[in-house]
Amino acid sequence: MPRAVPGGLHNDAGVIVPGPAATYDLGKLHGGLRLTAHKSASTGLSIQSPPLPGQLILPIDQHVGEPAQPLVGIGERVLKGQLLAEPAGTLGAPVHASSSGRVVAIEPWPVAGRHGDPAPCIVIECDGQDRAMDSWEEPIPYAELPAETVLQKILQGGIVGLGGAVYPTAQKLMQAVSGNLEYLILNGAECEPYISCDDMLMRECAHDIVSGAQILLHALQLDAACIVVESDKPDAIQQLAAAMTNVGDERLSLRQIPTIYPSGGEDQLVQLVTNREVPSGGLPTDAGCLVQNVGTAAAIHDWLQDGEPLISRITTITGDGIARPMNVRARIGTPVAELVEFAGGYTESARHLVIGGPMTGKSVSTDRVPLVKATNCVLVMSERPSIGPELPCIRCGDCAAVCPVQLLPQQLFWYACADNEKQLREHGLTDCIECGCCDLVCPSHIPLTYDFRMAKARIRELEDEKARAERARRRFEARGDRLQREQREREAELARQKDRARQAGPDAIAEIMKRKQRDGD
Amino acid sequence: MGIAVLTLTVIALVAGLGLSFAARRLPANNSGLVERVNELLPQTQCAQCGYPGCRPYAAAIVEDGAAINLCPPGGNDTVRRLADLLGRDEAPPLATGPAAPAVAVIDESLCIGCTYCRAACPVDAIVGAHQLMHTVIEQECTGCELCLAPCPVDCITMRAS
Repeated sequence: MPRAVPGGLHNDAGVIVPGPAATYDLGKLHGGLRLTAHKSASTGLSIQSPPLPGQLILPIDQHVGEPAQPLVGIGERVLKGQLLAEPAGTLGAPVHASSSGRVVAIEPWPVAGRHGDPAPCIVIECDGQDRAMDSWEEPIPYAELPAETVLQKILQGGIVGLGGAVYPTAQKLMQAVSGNLEYLILNGAECEPYISCDDMLMRECAHDIVSGAQILLHALQLDAACIVVESDKPDAIQQLAAAMTNVGDERLSLRQIPTIYPSGGEDQLVQLVTNREVPSGGLPTDAGCLVQNVGTAAAIHDWLQDGEPLISRITTITGDGIARPMNVRARIGTPVAELVEFAGGYTESARHLVIGGPMTGKSVSTDRVPLVKATNCVLVMSERPSIGPELPCIRCGDCAAVCPVQLLPQQLFWYACADNEKQLREHGLTDCIECGCCDLVCPSHIPLTYDFRMAKARIRELEDEKARAERARRRFEARGDRLQREQREREAELARQKDRARQAGPDAIAEIMKRKQRDGD
Repeated sequence: MGIAVLTLTVIALVAGLGLSFAARRLPANNSGLVERVNELLPQTQCAQCGYPGCRPYAAAIVEDGAAINLCPPGGNDTVRRLADLLGRDEAPPLATGPAAPAVAVIDESLCIGCTYCRAACPVDAIVGAHQLMHTVIEQECTGCELCLAPCPVDCITMRAS
């Protein structure tokens, strides 16, 4: 299977070579790269609607946190928008049926989040009628409801962060409300090459985004929101500006930021917009900001105003391995193969299938994987010329210059090779956002991001192991205490019985002995 | 010159006597060290070292000078860390490395509910009442295999986790 970050793929994404002035002069953002966008291929057509698929495959863990708990049984008929699985534990989101049909299986199915490895999914055979629930399309007068009720409502819609992190939105909002919040930032930067789903959403559904922003402001009890768009999306900026003038809400503002990868990272965006740095290990809320993707805002509008839970999303089908690149609004659970088919199918030269963008996406080995809430792009690439073998690090320092988090990738690389967990932590590996800038500029073709992902996984494993050992130690000690207590109780009971017999006198003891003898016989 | 030599000799003598008295008469405080040794052990509580658990083994290492290379689940990494902590020479490495992580699984159709395995589990990870089916709490099982031997119907197997 290809590597998680397909170094060979994004290497010819067309960087304006990172010369000292061309790339590093990036205003308030440290590092970053200007990449060739490759976006125009998929923005020529308006958002298309593929036909309903025959089967929908809905993973129960499409979000960060605990997998949802299925509520339906095999053979059950479900309607569009029906709740299929409810969140379990403290962090999670529900899963809804994307169309009407019959549940035919709840079984492991290959998913993109695990590079095509199977995860439990609810499989629905569609009946093609697309019948909705009765409660469908009842706008909720959110402005009259208290903020907590709106947050609860958002939780029920199964809405998660659509920028790719899929963190359950309601919980993110609830955690933010308790903090010191000043701004809501709506992320329309979409800085990664090839992806254009947010761009198309802003062009065609600007009103939904603005309405979603108003709902979010109400739910957060805030009075300042800023929609941020990169300068390479003039059409989107125009549409958003028009929609905002139309609404005339003074709490909303629109800002343009330079086109730099990865300006769309949460922390990077906060830095660009407010000039505040999110502390190491912290969240944007520590800088008084909450960042939501524009797609998430639109999904909140769709749920609260049109009654439609998160059962579809816009995704970009693109790459030079696709015959007719386009953006589609597809039902969650649609197999990627059918989307590719709808976009004209694979070209002759198609070789690599990546779910997500060329920088942060994941290669998958099969197109049976379904479209999930996280899928912002389906990228099919043709064969790349080899970039040459991996060579030793020459300590040029280019990686440190482009790192948007101001880490020292070459130093981290040494420690990752040496498996030095302590130094990896001290040098901030956990703050790495895995943007891929460092391995893109590395003249020795070292797959740094891949190594960092592996090192992070190893650290997580070690932590898990430590937690397990600690739990086992506590249980062992608790057991020791229990055994001792039981022993003491037994001895006390025995002493009490002896005492009682002694008090009753020798006659009673003789009686007992006689009875014992009789029983023995 | 003579006074300086005399002074230093007297100081050295007093200090030496004081230290040797402290070393012989005052009890050594090992409890902190036992905890630190215990932290390096893998906490599988498997008793393969010959002691009834990790904490007893840690106490034996510190107090009775038990060998530091008796812990197969910890592997040679643990031996090395123990040698570092205690300032001992690195003992000869273990013959067998750590086994792949595994958990015990009870075949519930065969279990007769004898409770022997429940009593043997060092971390109370087996639940079940007398004459009723038992089961292993997978998340808490350390894979120590201590429940395998007591089972009279051999219905417990180890499964890779």
